Amino acid sequence: MSEKVLMKGNEAIAEAAILAGCRHYFGYPITPQTEIAAYMAKKMPKIGGTFLQAESEIAAINMVYGVSSTGKRVMTSSSSPGISLKSEGLSYLAGADLPALVVNVQRGGPGLGGIQPSQSDYFQATRGSGHGDYHMIVLAPASVQEMAELTVKGFELADKYRMTTMILADGTMGQMMEPVALDIEVKPMPEKPWAVTGTKMSRPHNIINSLFLSPDKLEQMNFERYERYAAIEKNEALYEEYMMEDAEICIAAFGIAARVSKNAINEARKEGIKVGLIRPITLWPFPKAPFENALKTVKEFISVELSMGQMIEDVRLSIDCRVPVTLCNRVGGMIPSPEQVLDAIRNAAKNGGNR
Amino acid sequence: MAKLTFKTDSCKGCGLCIDACPKGVLRLSPDKINQKGHHPVEAAHEENCIGCAFCATMCPDCIIKVER
Amino acid sequence: MVVFDKPHALADVPMHYCPGCTHGIVHRLVAEVIDELGIEGKTIGIAPVGCSVMAYDYFNCDMIEAAHGRAPAVATGVKRSDPENHIVFTYQGDGDLASIGMAETVHAAARNENITVIFINNAIYGMTGGQMAPTSLPGQVTQTSPYGRDVSLCGYPIRVCEMLSQLEGPEYLERVTVNSVKAVKNAKKAIKKAFMNQVEGKGFSLVEVLSSCPTNWGLTPQKALKWIDEKMIPYYPLGVYKDRSAKEETK
Repeated sequence: MSEKVLMKGNEAIAEAAILAGCRHYFGYPITPQTEIAAYMAKKMPKIGGTFLQAESEIAAINMVYGVSSTGKRVMTSSSSPGISLKSEGLSYLAGADLPALVVNVQRGGPGLGGIQPSQSDYFQATRGSGHGDYHMIVLAPASVQEMAELTVKGFELADKYRMTTMILADGTMGQMMEPVALDIEVKPMPEKPWAVTGTKMSRPHNIINSLFLSPDKLEQMNFERYERYAAIEKNEALYEEYMMEDAEICIAAFGIAARVSKNAINEARKEGIKVGLIRPITLWPFPKAPFENALKTVKEFISVELSMGQMIEDVRLSIDCRVPVTLCNRVGGMIPSPEQVLDAIRNAAKNGGNR
Repeated sequence: MAKLTFKTDSCKGCGLCIDACPKGVLRLSPDKINQKGHHPVEAAHEENCIGCAFCATMCPDCIIKVER
Repeated sequence: MVVFDKPHALADVPMHYCPGCTHGIVHRLVAEVIDELGIEGKTIGIAPVGCSVMAYDYFNCDMIEAAHGRAPAVATGVKRSDPENHIVFTYQGDGDLASIGMAETVHAAARNENITVIFINNAIYGMTGGQMAPTSLPGQVTQTSPYGRDVSLCGYPIRVCEMLSQLEGPEYLERVTVNSVKAVKNAKKAIKKAFMNQVEGKGFSLVEVLSSCPTNWGLTPQKALKWIDEKMIPYYPLGVYKDRSAKEETK
């Protein structure tokens, strides 16, 4: 067992990124994730890396596009309104098949919204966020330890599949302090023969590009990308199950909502209610299998979210709406309390799957 | 005398080379049509060419090779 | 003896530009400079969005296609990825550099980012069919200023070199044109200096090239070159707007 250090979630992301070999960070200040930039500003110059405060989120994501084009690990981080600005770049990264790590420490919206925690960018993250047909791999940590581990994993997945990985955290995850073990294994980076590092006059030129004016070529590029996405859906879905063995009621929740839900489940179990939790860790690909499997015993699902009900759609799709799925939520920076979730569980138990 | 070589099929017939030539060597071919459908440049009086490469300097499509 | 031939760094493919468009001349000058400095193997070019979007096919060095206006930010990433071994240039039009990408331009200049920027100012949006550009002249008729650019409604054209010259950051700013043999030779000198500055680590160097767009100006290629002399140069005077090293040498 390695030594643990007490860290903020945002700092854990930054330190894990450095551990993963990321030496280039570009960002623009926005609450509640600015600790990542501050950490990088301190650390990067000391380890021969680059920290640059960009003139905007748009510039930052395009600096990421530049470094990624050269084959190096690179990241940016922001919060909800900033991710909207980065979405142009996210689409270009997808179109050019470039790997990158992007962190969204979500806050309430829409518009300028607030600065308190939220999960209301779920659609934006899991449905691509910018224009065109594409996905990002979306990882949702529920502890400071996971903030670190999923950051390393995020870089590895991004390189493996040549696409963006987004860490979809929230203000609570970013700000909370927990002990973290940082002895995380980092796999070697794959070769990147497509990168632009200068031809050295020894190979034809490489081109990083998302423009394909011939429609059949562009269609082919989309088809190939979606074959990769299919492989990811098959191989990379991650989730945690909690007390699901005999569960008749299943809570679906990620991030901070999953932590609150566990407390409520523990209380409900004391009352004899058979309730469990499926916590998606990858939001895209959405882990459909455990939901399908849960249908053997589960009569009702409850989606606990810090949004007006976004992940609930994926829960319903995973089970083809065969049993009721209800929503238990708070929004605008408010967090559901364990009591609120417990009430939702009791209510479901009373109905016994009849809605 | 200098020698001019043209990538005739890449010529777009803009004529900027003709205006640049101080010796009246060049013209757009009155009868030929290239792959692009333009009347391409040709050396009507190559014997007058002094190899100054002004034509090539102004050619936007880099189709002229000049030798001396 | 060969007096003139296509430079190696310019790909041996036909370019899609309209007849008489001076993009081709500037492409060639950039390629000649890359050849002469022997830097093709370490050069990475960034193409914009606009008429020169497909510049990535026309240079033999490694190339990147950037989003509209973002080339200086992308170039910043590429340069900082390996400052010792990457020579980075952007090639951008007036809409790309001076309208949608103005923030990226100004901040790359302010940071004295060690990159080379080739800025094609032809006072119009060519690729989309001739709309008003940030550099379209007062009274200039375009598709989106059909009654002539009315400065009381859409403001005045932006003089990029003059504006950037007010910044402490940039190393070198020069405006040239390519509408005559003499002008082309002068433009090449400026472009070469802009690349040399980067090789020597001096910083942000931008060459603005007054260029022609015969198609969207509705002029013959010959008349378009005259229009640069008669209309553009009076509003956009040629010359060096900043040259920090030269200034320091004369002190």
